[in-house]
Amino acid sequence: MLRVLVAPLFLFLLAPVILVFPLSLSADSFLAWPPSGWSLRWYAALLHHPGLMAALRNSAILSVVVTALALALATPAALVIARVAFPGRETLFALLTAPLLLPTIVLGLALLIIFAGRGLLGTWTGLVLAHLLITLPYALRVLVTALGGLPAGVEEAAASLGAPPATVFRRVTLPLMLPGVAATCAIVCLVSFDETVVSLFVVGPRLTTFPVALFRYVQSRTDPLVAAAAALMVLFTLLVVFIADRTVGLRRAMGR
Amino acid sequence: MGGGLRRPRFSLRGPLPLTPSLKGRGKADLPSHLWLLLPAVTANLLVFLWPMLNLATLSFRDSASGGALLPGFSLATWAGLLTDSYYAELVVDSIGVSLLITALTLLCAYPIAWFVHRAPDRWRNLLMVACIAPLLVSAVVRTYGWLVILGDHGLVPGLLRALGFAHPPPLVFNQTGVVIGLTEVLMPYMILSLLAGFGRLNPTLEEAAASLGARPIAVFRRIILPLSLPGVLLGCLLAFVLAASSFITPSLLGGGRVPLLATEIYDEAIVTLNWPVAAALSVVVLAVFGVALVLYGRLSHAVA
Repeated sequence: MLRVLVAPLFLFLLAPVILVFPLSLSADSFLAWPPSGWSLRWYAALLHHPGLMAALRNSAILSVVVTALALALATPAALVIARVAFPGRETLFALLTAPLLLPTIVLGLALLIIFAGRGLLGTWTGLVLAHLLITLPYALRVLVTALGGLPAGVEEAAASLGAPPATVFRRVTLPLMLPGVAATCAIVCLVSFDETVVSLFVVGPRLTTFPVALFRYVQSRTDPLVAAAAALMVLFTLLVVFIADRTVGLRRAMGR
Repeated sequence: MGGGLRRPRFSLRGPLPLTPSLKGRGKADLPSHLWLLLPAVTANLLVFLWPMLNLATLSFRDSASGGALLPGFSLATWAGLLTDSYYAELVVDSIGVSLLITALTLLCAYPIAWFVHRAPDRWRNLLMVACIAPLLVSAVVRTYGWLVILGDHGLVPGLLRALGFAHPPPLVFNQTGVVIGLTEVLMPYMILSLLAGFGRLNPTLEEAAASLGARPIAVFRRIILPLSLPGVLLGCLLAFVLAASSFITPSLLGGGRVPLLATEIYDEAIVTLNWPVAAALSVVVLAVFGVALVLYGRLSHAVA
């Protein structure tokens, strides 16, 4: 009885993602279902679309740079927040993760106004800063959760045996928190790669990201080219999640 | 995914936590560690706090036609916003549509969440992945999927034509499309919240009620529904604030014909270049968020 109700609801939930795969193989020159024939022409069109390919390269570079920077900024802060009980710790953590709770449309507008007067719109610096705003809270939350799940006793043991703090971090904490670091990399990389709304406000005519280019493409015309791009994006996401899960175990890394 | 997704554990009373609690640990030797916080705090001040405060103050500036900001403090933007019935309608419409989407999301998500909660362990992992997977897919992609399904040459109008409707009603570039698309986009958040709420249910309670002669409907109404209310409230809060502030889906499925708060902010900021109005509308969005949070706090206190 419940199954009869749940099956169409699951279909409703998954249909838009599943449908892009067959549609990406359409031979039609416009968006139509069912396709009148099958071909790989839209994958070829995607590979030969200079704008989208440049945007894809930008997004790939951006997500790698942002991942490295987010990790470098968030790891020291996460160590202090997870390890030192100082007054105002909850408030500081709330402030640092607040962008996660606020609408991206508001965050994007706030950055647009600041960036516009300083020549940061449509620049790499601006894009990296915008993506740090979005990804730092994720990095902090994942790292703090991961550190909170580690046994603190071993660090104290190493320290009491005479290891200086830097050695404790390098030889004990860092190896233990590696799964958390890997999960952070996977999540920050995906969030940065998928980020659309904030990017929309700070991109420029010469520098744009893949999701923004796709958004603009869907706005201007609807043909199966976006389905090919979408299918590749879904496969890329699955690949990142699969690798992260196989190498470190995402759930273990999330501290659950 | 290997291993097993354990159900989240929460205390039996009180609202579901929005943020993880920090366990106290270690000595309070902050001064020697303070510098470790500096990079993250600096970044936060630079890209978050300063731009947000600047945004709030910008709504108290006035702009000349053409977008140039006039110097000095002014209430002209707010006065214009509050007296123009277009903006009043915009806010009311946005809240109304968001409430409708929240209700539909809850209706569609509740059976799924219940089914996943009751599924045998080996199925639950797979079903959880199916529920969470759409979250990992870009909103642009999922919205594009809805254009494929609902568009004029799409799946649903095609089916309707095959069933004999010569002129199926347009399902995209209007409010119908926005509501359908956003409902689907927000379902995973609702499902996850509901599952967190169901985690508090004790199956022995249902069995006890059933063994005492309560019919399934009564068990649901008297036991399951009340105990799952904290999850319902959290899911509704998330769905509402996300619906009220989402941009990609309303923009693509509305085709510029369904003005909502988020699309209006974007248009004012990028097309009209009226930043004070865009800033004031952002403050309105944040105020709507605040009211929703307060209501959530009150209601979850009441059901606990």
